[in-house]
Amino acid sequence: MKHPLIAAGLLVATPAVADLPVLTVYTYDSFVAEWGPGPAVEAAFEETCGCDLQFVAAGDGAALLARVRLEGARSDADIVLGLDTNLLAAAAETGLFAPHGAEVPALDLPVAWEDETFLPYDWGYFAFVHDTTALETPPASLAALAESDVSILIQDPRSSTPGLGLLLWVEAAYGDRAGEIWQGLSDNIVTVTKGWSEAYGLFLEGEADMVLSYTTSPAYHLIAEEDPTKAAAAFDEGHYLQIEVAAKLAASDQSELADQFLAFMLTDGFQGVIPTTNWMYPAVTPESGLPEGFETLITPETALLFPADEAAARRDAALASWLGALSQ
Amino acid sequence: MARRAQPIAAWGAAAFVAALTLLPLAVVAWRAGGAFALGAGDLAAIRFTLLQAVLSALVSVGLAIPLARALARRRFPGRRLLITLLGAPFIVPVIVAVLGLLAIYGRSGLLSLGAGALGFGWPGIYGITGVVLAHVFFNLPLATRLILHGWLEIPAERFRLAASLGLDPRDIFRELEWPMLRAVVPGAAMLIFLICTTSFAVALTLGGGPRATTVELAIYQAFLFEFDLGRAAVLATIQFAITGAAAALALALARQAVLGAGLDRPVTRWDAARPALRVQDSTVIVLGALFLILPLGAIVLRGLPNLIGLPESVYLAAARSCFVAVLSAALTILAALALAHGARRARGFEAVGYLGIAASPLVIGTGLFLLLFPLADPARLALPVTIAVNAALSLPFALRALAPALAEVEARHGRLADALALTGWARWRWMILPRLRRPIGFAAGIAAAFSLGDLGVIALFADAENATLPLQIYRLMAAYRMEDAAGAALLLLALALAAFWLCDRGGRADAAV
Repeated sequence: MKHPLIAAGLLVATPAVADLPVLTVYTYDSFVAEWGPGPAVEAAFEETCGCDLQFVAAGDGAALLARVRLEGARSDADIVLGLDTNLLAAAAETGLFAPHGAEVPALDLPVAWEDETFLPYDWGYFAFVHDTTALETPPASLAALAESDVSILIQDPRSSTPGLGLLLWVEAAYGDRAGEIWQGLSDNIVTVTKGWSEAYGLFLEGEADMVLSYTTSPAYHLIAEEDPTKAAAAFDEGHYLQIEVAAKLAASDQSELADQFLAFMLTDGFQGVIPTTNWMYPAVTPESGLPEGFETLITPETALLFPADEAAARRDAALASWLGALSQ
Repeated sequence: MARRAQPIAAWGAAAFVAALTLLPLAVVAWRAGGAFALGAGDLAAIRFTLLQAVLSALVSVGLAIPLARALARRRFPGRRLLITLLGAPFIVPVIVAVLGLLAIYGRSGLLSLGAGALGFGWPGIYGITGVVLAHVFFNLPLATRLILHGWLEIPAERFRLAASLGLDPRDIFRELEWPMLRAVVPGAAMLIFLICTTSFAVALTLGGGPRATTVELAIYQAFLFEFDLGRAAVLATIQFAITGAAAALALALARQAVLGAGLDRPVTRWDAARPALRVQDSTVIVLGALFLILPLGAIVLRGLPNLIGLPESVYLAAARSCFVAVLSAALTILAALALAHGARRARGFEAVGYLGIAASPLVIGTGLFLLLFPLADPARLALPVTIAVNAALSLPFALRALAPALAEVEARHGRLADALALTGWARWRWMILPRLRRPIGFAAGIAAAFSLGDLGVIALFADAENATLPLQIYRLMAAYRMEDAAGAALLLLALALAAFWLCDRGGRADAAV
């Protein structure tokens, strides 16, 4: 029984390119997909680095951090790419990551970025997306949404990063009154899904008027499907930010190459493919600007974001009040 | 010789299952170290998990009995196709099946449109209704197949005798069918209960909110968002305990029905010719078929326009999934035969086989990862691990189909074989395997299809090159490409049905006579 299994393992193992140093980057599943940013990024970096860039996909953002924690200092990873701001405190606490030590170019983020370990590569605002042909005048704030009878789909903050983002969005906008808002929202919620894909899939099937996603989601429909009917609603309270970051592992055996990759990450070769593969805003706008269609997206006036440690500190209490409000 | 050799095979199979279920749990618990107390939320999760699993099992089996009875009594064009299609809901990835169900029962679904046209509102199915509906959709086919096997195992001679004695359908039910149901139904209900206890995505998506939290979600949260391995291990242990209790209960309830030997003649049901029974059976078959086929039809309709021109990686993933399915189905059958044989001497072997279904995939994945990571590159082991774990996870289904059938064969023909000193391979070759063709075909089909459709534990191990088809479907969805995902889902559905049909064909050869 054992031998066929081992043989099968060898059969499918990818042969490493001979003699080139290997830079191993752990990232989430959709980054490495054929249609994701991975292939273009790999080709562009390998042109100049004289190395073999290997992506390893490890589920979603949360699974990615769990995997690095399981592997600890013995990990093969040189870089972890794809943690989001809500996971930063936990990531920093592991002590597995090393400062990037790079000159950071001017970043096009709505907030200042000073972290010395984690470097952002893209970002977006959470937003409720709707179909303009079905819902002509969407609510203009979280509070108005809670009072309305507009149906929404959200993700579970216990299993999904956008779900956690909404939890902190309500927390950042309403603080002590967050529980009230959730009680108001509870009759709008059609269902709470495990992850983003399920919620968005249900929304496209017409199960609800709005879905928790990103302000950039309509750009996908406009650019890839030439469908201008999807829009994100601008909310008065402001929109919570998601910033996706990468960092070098302290135990990396390719430290210089890793630094080189982090520097490359903020150049056009990487940033240029982000808008139409990851459907997020690039951390540094490429020289050619954003693709046509992005100018139609809403730009929130206020960007909300807790510092990493505050987000971590507030999470448990916010989760408890979320559970309390929705379990009644 | 055979008597001594087979327990060794059974012990080997038991060790295989334990290594893939209990060992990973032990490793996670060991790595976690400290103690942990359950919170109120965990208790609510346990309560909800039990409630929805019990309801799902009862409804599935309750509906499966009349459906299986109708299918056993009737011969009609398309019957074989229908029986093959019965395997389908079980193997499509959860989210695909959920979207198919919502195309019928959702807020913009067929029923909603119909209700709207008649001037009624349609409340949708979110809540425990939706969870049970989806679980019945997944498991009714399985229950029907298992019970149908029971019906087909009743020797044709019994019905012939019943007809010549002039027994009416009620007498036949009491004398022939009830003893069979007593033997088959508790096992089928237990199996479905167990499947539903580890349900996660269905419960969450259709449950309508955190009221519908299951233990598996709590494990997911503990592991991924809190990295609290201790809590994950405790919750996984509770899941095991629930399963163990359910398995013990069902094994205690199930009485082995010995229906006497037959000559493997085709069954003729003289009792079923009455017009009222015809109408009853036809109605049941039509309703059952509609319930299962409409959502599948929705999946086909959505996928068809996108089936051609899928990204190349989808086809590669499909090939990889087929490879995994063939090997893991073979492994499943070997282990199931060994355990089923061992179970004739010690029922504990059969119980061990059910461990796979109780295990949290996340905990299995994590435990195996912790075990294997120091030894080898996890990405290299992705496919072997997937094959082994899928085999362990589909073992309970195979065992459920094979164990009663094997016991029946031994009870009917074992004495003759003993008298002929038919032992070892010869006993398998001449007595057992020919009579187990139908359940083996069914079990292999289920195992292959299940393995094709399962996300399993591959997520922790996979890298860019090793994605299986279900994982690729999730990746498409995560990149907004719902249309391509629908096309890939149809491809998966077609492959799984083909695998199921191919395996099952050998097994059904005698049913066609």
